[in-house]
Amino acid sequence: MEVIEFHLDPSSGVATYLQLVQQVHQALQLGLLEPGDRLPTAAQVVASLAINPNTVLKAYRDLEREGLVRARPGLGTFVVGQLPRTDPAAQEKFRRSMSTWLRSAREAGLAIEEIEAIYRTAVRNCLTEGVA
Amino acid sequence: MTAALEASRLGKRYGGKWALSDCSLSIPTGRVVGLVGPNGAGKSTLLHLAVGLLAPSAGTISVLGARPGSGPEALARVGFLAQDSPTYDRLTVAAHLQMGRWLNPAWDDEFASSRISELELDVRQRAGTLSGGQRAQLALTLAVAKRPELLLLDEPVASLDPLARREFLSTLMEIVASRQVSVVLSSHLIADLERVCDYLVLLVSGRVAVSGDVDSLLASHRRLSGPRRDPSTMPGNLMVIEASHAVRQSTIVVRTDGPIIDPAWTVTPLTLDDLVLAYMRQARDGAGAPVSRLAMAP
Repeated sequence: MEVIEFHLDPSSGVATYLQLVQQVHQALQLGLLEPGDRLPTAAQVVASLAINPNTVLKAYRDLEREGLVRARPGLGTFVVGQLPRTDPAAQEKFRRSMSTWLRSAREAGLAIEEIEAIYRTAVRNCLTEGVA
Repeated sequence: MTAALEASRLGKRYGGKWALSDCSLSIPTGRVVGLVGPNGAGKSTLLHLAVGLLAPSAGTISVLGARPGSGPEALARVGFLAQDSPTYDRLTVAAHLQMGRWLNPAWDDEFASSRISELELDVRQRAGTLSGGQRAQLALTLAVAKRPELLLLDEPVASLDPLARREFLSTLMEIVASRQVSVVLSSHLIADLERVCDYLVLLVSGRVAVSGDVDSLLASHRRLSGPRRDPSTMPGNLMVIEASHAVRQSTIVVRTDGPIIDPAWTVTPLTLDDLVLAYMRQARDGAGAPVSRLAMAP
């Protein structure tokens, strides 16, 4: 039984390898993955998601470069680093400022669709900046 | 390094009609190549040329450094799965394996047997009574067990239901992960291949519309939308693939190596699907006056 299982959102517009990287980040932040845990092998990910093995290897290389995992030949890829757990207080702070922002957008007469479009564009721009 | 498939000005004519023309390509080994294009674009013709079932009418093609079908050695290095995964309806699964064993010097019996048991196929069953998905898996098993260095699959998932399609592609990717094999698979739907291929060749009307590493292609194409603008006034480092105009707005798909600095544009990345569609429309509409050349004008 693996510690985590990857899934994909084809409509997200986020590259597949990046989705895998982000899911590992998230699992580390939530404490679902801890140092010593083994990530699913490339063959396991490939079999469950029907994706190219190079995509998985690329994601694992990225994580290795970040110092979060280490590949041990013949044994698998293991978590060696940790990401700071998201601080609940910080989450609450941003949730509150987001609500304020949303309320002011509604008061300015923006429809939900417009607000969602603004949010999606901003997230995408933010992500592409991160990649470039 | 020897290319998996190299074509230079390759063409194939049936009677007076060119099914493939002026096709130049160099596909590296170790890749999973999606050969994509509408029906009748020349995908099957290219694959048949690559396996040596057809001879070129023009130009040259080499596969793993050899002329396709030039001898037993060249044949042994290439596995081919024709459209609709043909099997012999009246032969049992066991007979298919026996035939594979007799006909292929490098036959991997251990792989074939373990695949068949993983698929939970009854070896006494005739191929004609298997489901479409099972038949496709049997044909794939036979093609892989001959230990090819290059696997050519013509529309392998077109006739499968979504579950069988997913299972077939999973199996194929497990094979890629565990064996040294390059793969070229064709489909008229990019959505079938998007997850699995890392290299794209798009054929439209017998010609190569675009080809290259999927990640590099995605990184070098952007959709720009902004105030209406004549695409011929775009900076020269942006190659215009497709432009459409509304009364006040222009949407332009460009290929570029650098960032887009003009603040008038809203810049969004393309999905592989968008990219393929843009090139397909360019090939269809831009035949007379290539839009890309307009963009290069001062």
